[in-house]
Amino acid sequence: MEGVEQAPVFSLRYVWEQERLLATVMIAPAVLYVVALIGFPFVLAIVYSLSDATTGDPALRLVGLRTFGLVLRDPVFLKALQNTFVFTLASQVLVLVLAKILALVLMEDFPGKRLVRFLILLPWTAPISLSAIGWLWIFDSVFSPIDWIARSLGLLGGPEALLGSEPNLYWLGRPFLAMASVILVQTWRILPLATVILLAGLTAIPRDILDAAQVDGAGFWRRLFQVIMPMLLPVMSIAFLFGFVFTFTDMTVVYVLTRGGPVNSTQVLASWAFFKGIEAGDLAQGAAVALFFFPALAGVTTLILLVARRAEVS
Amino acid sequence: MAQVQVTGITKYFGEVKVLDNVNLATRKHEFLVLLGPSGCGKTTLLRIIAGLERPTRGEVLIGGREVTGLPPRARNIAMVFQSYALYPHMTVFENISFPLRTQNMNRDAIQEKVAWAAGLFGIDRLLERKPRELSGGERQRVALARAIVRMPTVFLLDEPLSNLDAKLRASAREELQTFQKRIGITTIYVTHDQVEAMGLGNRIVVMDQGRVRQIGTPLQVYWEPADTFVATFVGSPPMNLVEQGEVLMGFRPEDFLPIEGREEEDVERFQFEVTWVENLGAERLVYGNMAFQSRNGRVVSRLAPNIRVSLEAGKTYIFAVPRLGIKLFDRNTGMLLRRVSGVGG
Repeated sequence: MEGVEQAPVFSLRYVWEQERLLATVMIAPAVLYVVALIGFPFVLAIVYSLSDATTGDPALRLVGLRTFGLVLRDPVFLKALQNTFVFTLASQVLVLVLAKILALVLMEDFPGKRLVRFLILLPWTAPISLSAIGWLWIFDSVFSPIDWIARSLGLLGGPEALLGSEPNLYWLGRPFLAMASVILVQTWRILPLATVILLAGLTAIPRDILDAAQVDGAGFWRRLFQVIMPMLLPVMSIAFLFGFVFTFTDMTVVYVLTRGGPVNSTQVLASWAFFKGIEAGDLAQGAAVALFFFPALAGVTTLILLVARRAEVS
Repeated sequence: MAQVQVTGITKYFGEVKVLDNVNLATRKHEFLVLLGPSGCGKTTLLRIIAGLERPTRGEVLIGGREVTGLPPRARNIAMVFQSYALYPHMTVFENISFPLRTQNMNRDAIQEKVAWAAGLFGIDRLLERKPRELSGGERQRVALARAIVRMPTVFLLDEPLSNLDAKLRASAREELQTFQKRIGITTIYVTHDQVEAMGLGNRIVVMDQGRVRQIGTPLQVYWEPADTFVATFVGSPPMNLVEQGEVLMGFRPEDFLPIEGREEEDVERFQFEVTWVENLGAERLVYGNMAFQSRNGRVVSRLAPNIRVSLEAGKTYIFAVPRLGIKLFDRNTGMLLRRVSGVGG
């Protein structure tokens, strides 16, 4: 320090050298973003859920927990809550199993590997509303190509056919098949992300350990379940957490394919909150329904992070 | 009968030939060391013996049975990896018992064998720990215990000491050899460290660029190198090589000593112009040029501390090499030119 060149107090260089100030400035956009787009709506949702506001009469009159009582007594809400768990858990279990298989396949060397990788990632890059419309055609009640193939194989439409004597399966028209359809599309949609996450996790397992397991006499299944899976557990739980949060709060697939039907058999919390709060205009009930996400997601997140930490390997 | 025999092993990785017609056979209870610089194919050869790689050509026999196409688990071999490759999510007990559990051995037998293996390496009190709670030396013992627990036919070790610090390495070498002698399992040990190779091996296989250069006892490899590669790879500083007409003359630095005070009669004398003297305490290294040489005449002499002759850089002295210590190599092929001579030293 020569003391000759005294930096002016508010020069850029002064700011640059104040680490605390700099840190505050750099974190500020993120904090603003979270406050404006997550914090504020969250608080607003709590306030609305305690009121009786509607789109026709948005004035805030606090009515306490009355709205929650109304919501909880609504059989559609209970159905939607149940559907949300079925939809989320079924699709995420499928995603984990399929992603694991795909990741293992992609670890192997084979010609055309890059093309397969690209194809697997494709669903992730396509806009979901667009691809959901594609699926809408696949499940069309008359022109479904699945039905068409089943018919030409003699599995459908004949008097003795395995899948029934009617000419079509009416995928989105029957409660069970409708639920299966939305689960299938959601699985297709989340699969690429989970595959990439698991692939990264697999690549991180040292080759020596896999070799050691082979030399120690472990066959494929033992290696998979006693060596690879336990070492992959933290990564798998992260993939599950992402998929769970995305799916639990998502309404796109349900909205485009079934709009919650037939007779609310695919109604999920997100779509029900949307239909109640926006389409039917009952802001208070919409907000109350949406608030049920919070305990579920907070619980799952805590649980998964605990599992991931416990299984963490150094 | 050889426990391990490989014949005509050639291995390509794509276009690259990493092993070229390798033949070797271990003797019973032998400690065989594969020695060579990195990239010479020694680890690949070990992995082929283990069954982790398939040779492009050639055969592997273990205990007289051909196993070339068989997976590792059908070979009853054990391997210790450079990184130890312990299963990080398992305790030490689970790690050591893993090779037994793959054989569906019953619980009591597993308990007994793990206790035996752990006792052998003094890690009994660590059985409940996870690998991340162990020191480097402890991890290495766990890896050895895991390898030995089911009494394999062959014990394969891939640079198992290179992750230990220098102090620990010396004691680990001693332990490893004592242990191998006690158990008597044929062992193949891969290393690039010639000190390890000289100290541990009953025989050393020197490899370079995918080829076996020499198979011999440590003393044979040191004093009768088969070619100039072995001569310069083994020994520190390596064997001196100087051109003399159509041949290369080789001699060890410790054979190249000042004429004063030497009593052997059968010696070759040389003019030696000293350029640099390095005093390392336990020895003196004297660098310089052979006077008769026009090029490639740089040689080094290694003097034990009991040789007290004073040597100064810039001066020329008479040095001598015993005739038995002089090896002649073909200048073009680098091969040792055979002649009547016993093993020195």
